Amino acid sequence: MAQSSQATGGLESVPALLQRNASEFGGKPAYREKEFGIWQCWTWSETEKEIESLALGFINLGVEEGDFIAIIGRNRPCFYWTIVAAQSVGAIPVPLYQDAAAEEMAFVMDHCGARFAVVEDQEQVDKVIEIQERLHQFEHMIYVDPRGMRKYDHHKLHRFVDIQEQGRAAYYEFIEDLTARRGKLDYDSVCVMLYTSGTTGNPKGVVLSNRNIIEASRSSAEFDNLRHGEEVLAYLPMAWVGDFIFSIGQAYWCGFCVNCPESADTMQTDLREIGPTYYFAPPRVFENQLTNVMIRMEDAGRFKKWLFDTFMEHARKVGPDILDGNPVSGWDRFTYMLGNLLVYGPLKDTLGLGRVRVGYTAGEAIGPEIFDFYRSLGINLKQLYGQTEASVFITLQPDGEVRSDTVGVAAPGVEIRISEDGEVFYRGPGTFEYYYKNAESTKKTKDEDGWVATGDAGFFEEGSGHLRIIDRAKDVGKMADGKLFAPKYVENKLKFFPNILEAVVFGNNRSECTAFINIDLNAVGNWAERNNIGYASYQELAGHPRVLETMREHVEEVNRSLAEDPMLSHCQVHRFAVLHKELDADDGEITRPRKVRRGVVAEKYEDIIAALYDGSDEVSTTTEVTYEDGRKGSISATLKVCDAQVVPVGPARQEAAE
Amino acid sequence: MLDATEGYTTEDGRKIGGVVMEMHNITLRFGGVVAIKDISFDIREGEIRAIIGPNGAGKSSMLNVISGFYNPQEGEVWYKGAKRPPMKPYQVARQGIARTFQNIALFDGMSVLDNIMTGRIRQMQAGLLAQALWKGKAEQEEVENREAVEKIIDFLEIQYIRKTPVGRLPYGLKKRVELARALAAEPSILLLDEPMAGMNVEEKEDMSRFILDVNDEFGTTIALIEHDMGVVMDLSDRVVVMDYGKKIGDGSPDEVRNNQAVIDAYLGVAHD
Repeated sequence: MAQSSQATGGLESVPALLQRNASEFGGKPAYREKEFGIWQCWTWSETEKEIESLALGFINLGVEEGDFIAIIGRNRPCFYWTIVAAQSVGAIPVPLYQDAAAEEMAFVMDHCGARFAVVEDQEQVDKVIEIQERLHQFEHMIYVDPRGMRKYDHHKLHRFVDIQEQGRAAYYEFIEDLTARRGKLDYDSVCVMLYTSGTTGNPKGVVLSNRNIIEASRSSAEFDNLRHGEEVLAYLPMAWVGDFIFSIGQAYWCGFCVNCPESADTMQTDLREIGPTYYFAPPRVFENQLTNVMIRMEDAGRFKKWLFDTFMEHARKVGPDILDGNPVSGWDRFTYMLGNLLVYGPLKDTLGLGRVRVGYTAGEAIGPEIFDFYRSLGINLKQLYGQTEASVFITLQPDGEVRSDTVGVAAPGVEIRISEDGEVFYRGPGTFEYYYKNAESTKKTKDEDGWVATGDAGFFEEGSGHLRIIDRAKDVGKMADGKLFAPKYVENKLKFFPNILEAVVFGNNRSECTAFINIDLNAVGNWAERNNIGYASYQELAGHPRVLETMREHVEEVNRSLAEDPMLSHCQVHRFAVLHKELDADDGEITRPRKVRRGVVAEKYEDIIAALYDGSDEVSTTTEVTYEDGRKGSISATLKVCDAQVVPVGPARQEAAE
Repeated sequence: MLDATEGYTTEDGRKIGGVVMEMHNITLRFGGVVAIKDISFDIREGEIRAIIGPNGAGKSSMLNVISGFYNPQEGEVWYKGAKRPPMKPYQVARQGIARTFQNIALFDGMSVLDNIMTGRIRQMQAGLLAQALWKGKAEQEEVENREAVEKIIDFLEIQYIRKTPVGRLPYGLKKRVELARALAAEPSILLLDEPMAGMNVEEKEDMSRFILDVNDEFGTTIALIEHDMGVVMDLSDRVVVMDYGKKIGDGSPDEVRNNQAVIDAYLGVAHD
């Protein structure tokens, strides 16, 4: 609480917070990165020096105030330093998704007119070189990993360590300049610009000020009582606002340590080694972890399996209550403690979640079973609702009021209202400044009073006062008979099955709903292995008659549960097709954070949709695919169109079972 | 013909040095079977040299001659300007020649890390007692060697399987671990026996990239045997072609590709 009183006490920018941390927590770890098998550590005072030399190097290289610096790479301390160093010299950091194709990068870098880019390795250097000619303002590129870079023309290409070295050498030359530039930063200066991928149209550059980031970080840190002893693992894309808030905003506000994994593949091991106390993951990650646990338990011995099943059943019964502090009988408490010793504790350790004090998930709806599984283990997993434009936080779930179907109450300082047609609006200190070079979109999203349209439809639940999100407002449509069509709701129900990775439901202006399904190769592949089903490719597995049969069962189960909901019982899925390829961000079918682009999918697979509605049994199709390096190819397949049983509802719609 | 001591520069700007290894009229017999018949060729410093040929052409035997596993009945092997007497494989290894095997030869029960550490055996000088007591020099040596191994793990991007027992890995990764172990010996010549056999296209692309990177970053001379013609032609600077134990072609990939004897050996000739 002491922190809030000094909220404006000169700490009006991230570089100012850095200096405070260096003097207050100088010897405490600020960053760790696993390299060559060992966790390397940088304290706050070392971090300050690293950032200072980089900032001096930037000035030396000719970075002016107001310049944009693109940052392309995975989570590594050097890129976080780049963000703060850029801010220190008055430039604006623009982190990009490192797995984006060159084309996508070209749009963003051209739109912000980046003069500089700090990139990770040869792969990224090649991408930028490929698009360089179209970027008029672009000048210098700095790379971190020198591997394979020897033969490149180094006139405008620099090594990261060289820039720092030059910065150190030019210390006396530029230090006054740096101090002056840093001194000019205040609450109104731009902290970062993040591009939102958007499910339609070009990405928009969301400009967030220091006020946005620091206020949002401060209030959310107080909400969950985050302190400087926290450990987080930074593994989510740096271009995503969540990572910026957790690994920069809150980390600098509280002064806690950000740990960077060795590589994307080692994340699970690194998670276990670090044992974060504050952890964020999208529902997908939790889902995958749970799937893996279940797969491995299938292979475990009979006694272990019995032990696991027995104690997990008990945990599901009393775990959430114990976590929420509700009254639980002494015997149940004792059994839970025993379970903690034998099952929950070791399992949490294996998952790397043994020390988690506050865990969050957001971005998509999480399956109730998955959510309850983690909470019953005693992991304080909560949900939040947010977006880039809000500097993440719109609503948060307070401890003790956690449920899988709501997203909690308004975050501290945030006001929320629901418009007449059901759309959620908010305003607060974290509300973004404007979309860069896009006044029209800014006006459309944010009105004069600062209210921002989320584009999501939702309502406040009576009694608890918690917000519930139904769907994207623009996705909510009407069926041919005028009834409400909420595809996301149905899709989420489908996706809660571990076997289903992605689902897209159609039905707007139609008389009945149909769906596309993507199998989860991990779960279905494992099932196939255990049942001696051979397959040579994703396509073959996806088209296997027994897989289709399983999918039909899943769809019918969803139909049964939909039938119980009077509002949505007409959204039952009548026919479906299992797609021959995974929906992929490289093909533009989903966004990088894995949200389905309905329009693109509907257009691209027009022929399959037609088959879903014209009653044919199968459909032949050819689909263009884009490889990671931007090359194109195509795959063709013949897909079976399957019928699913629907539960008849009400006398008005007597639907014969097929 | 190029001068033996002078190098040249390849199209992509790599510097190729003088000859480091020469085979002079090598003949290798197993009883009555002549596996290799009167073959001569050389390997230059820093180049990627491929040996290709149909099944049973004697490619692996040739590699085994270079690695000292077989001693030829006739002919001479010259290494770094000196004639090499008949040697045991471990002596050859000490001279800085490392290899991988066609049929993976790793320790299945040991972790990836430990397997690669075995490649550092040449760099370990501490005696048995010192190793057992784990003090002073032995400890320091282990740390140094571990560091070198970690750099290779990083280079070949196998961090995530560092602690995994090799027996649990898929084939393509085992091949990569084998390459890592060979690299751990810091060889001046690296012999690769069918590094891409049995791999899918993606694994082949990965392996090709690693071979090129090894050659480029460490300047390691590489001699490799490979069946996949596309891979060989893309990777190598010069190619030796063998058929029934004889050399039927030698030169740049383009020269070899247009050599009539090579075309006949690969595509067959009509017997009329």
